[in-house]
Amino acid sequence: MSLSKQHELHERRKGRNIGLGLTLAAFMALVFGLTIVKIGRGDFQVDPAEMSSGN
Amino acid sequence: MSDASFDNRPIENEAQFGDFFALLKPRVMTLVVFTAFVGLLAAPVSVHPFVGFCAILFIALGGGASGALNMWYDADIDAVMRRTAKRPIPAGRVTRDEAFAFGLTLSVFAVVFLGLATNWLAGGLLAFTIFFYVVIYTMWLKRSTPQNIVIGGAAGAFPPMIGWAAATGTISTESVLMFCLTFLWTPPHFWALALFMRSDYDDAKVPMLTVTHGRRSTRKHILAYTVLLAVFAIALGFTSIGGPVYLTTAVILNALFIKGAWDITRRDEDMSEADNFAVERKFFKLSLLYLFASFGAILVDSVMTRMGVML
Repeated sequence: MSLSKQHELHERRKGRNIGLGLTLAAFMALVFGLTIVKIGRGDFQVDPAEMSSGN
Repeated sequence: MSDASFDNRPIENEAQFGDFFALLKPRVMTLVVFTAFVGLLAAPVSVHPFVGFCAILFIALGGGASGALNMWYDADIDAVMRRTAKRPIPAGRVTRDEAFAFGLTLSVFAVVFLGLATNWLAGGLLAFTIFFYVVIYTMWLKRSTPQNIVIGGAAGAFPPMIGWAAATGTISTESVLMFCLTFLWTPPHFWALALFMRSDYDDAKVPMLTVTHGRRSTRKHILAYTVLLAVFAIALGFTSIGGPVYLTTAVILNALFIKGAWDITRRDEDMSEADNFAVERKFFKLSLLYLFASFGAILVDSVMTRMGVML
C-alpha cells in the first residue's frame, strides 16, 4: 500500500489552516503586549500595607 | 484505515477562513468598532493606546460572536431571504453546529479578555449584550413581535456604552445618551429599509411592522421615533462630551432627518410605487450618514478638547 505524504484534505484546508495559524500568532502577540503594558503600569503590584496585614 | 472518517463535503463547499470571518457579520462590526471607539475616546479618562486597541478588538469580537450565534439560530430565515441566502450556513459551507461552537467559544473569549484587559463592568456589559442579542432578540422576540427591530436595536446600541465603561469603569449620563442615540436611530433606519425591501421580510414570515400593522402605521412610527431621537440627540450636546461641532452637526442632521420622516409620512403607497420608493431610499441613505456623522462629531469634539482647541 502506498502512502502519499500530502492528502487532498491538506490542500483543501490550506487557507483555513494558515488563517488559524496567523490568528493564534496574533493572540500570542496580544497577550504579550497586554502583559507588558499592565506590568509597566504596575497593575500587578501588591500594596505594601496589604502585604504586612497578611503576615 | 479508510478515509471514511474525513469530512467528505465537496471541495467547492469547503469552509474557508473567510467563511468563518463572514459569520462575524463584518459590516455590522464596522458600526460596533466605530461607536465603541468613540465611546472609549470620549470618556474623560486617558486609556493606554494598546489597552484601548485590545478593548475595541474584544468588543468587536463579542459583537461578531453574537452575529455568528444569530446566524446559527436564524439559518432557516436566512435561507429564504434574498439578502442573506448566500451566508455561509444557508450556502452549505459551514454547518449550524460549527457556527454554534464558533460563536459560543468566541463569546466567552471576548468577554473574559475584555474583563481582564479593562474591567469587569465592561466585560459584564459585553456579556449582557451578547445574551440580549442572541437569547432575548434572536431566539425569543424576533419571530414573535413586530417591535423586534426596536428590541434588536438595543443590542447594537451597547458598544459606545461598553467603550465608555472600558475607559472609566462606570455608566454615566453621557454613555446612556450615546446608547439612546443608536437605540432610537435603529427603528427608523430599518423600517425605511422594510418599506422598499418588503418581499424579503414577508417571505421569511418575520413579523415586521409593515406586515402586522400596515405600511401606513410604519410611516407614522418612523416619524415618532425620529422626533424622539432628535430630543435625545440634542440633549447629548449639553453633556460633558457635547461640543460646538457635535451640537451643530446634531441640529442639522436632526432637522434633515425629521424632514425626511415627515415626507415619508405624507406619502402613500401609490406615490412611493410611482418613483420606486425614492424618498424612502433617500431617508435610508441619510440614516447611514446620520449615525456616522453624529458619532464622528463626538469624536472631533473629544479630540479638540484633548488637544486644548476651543471654538
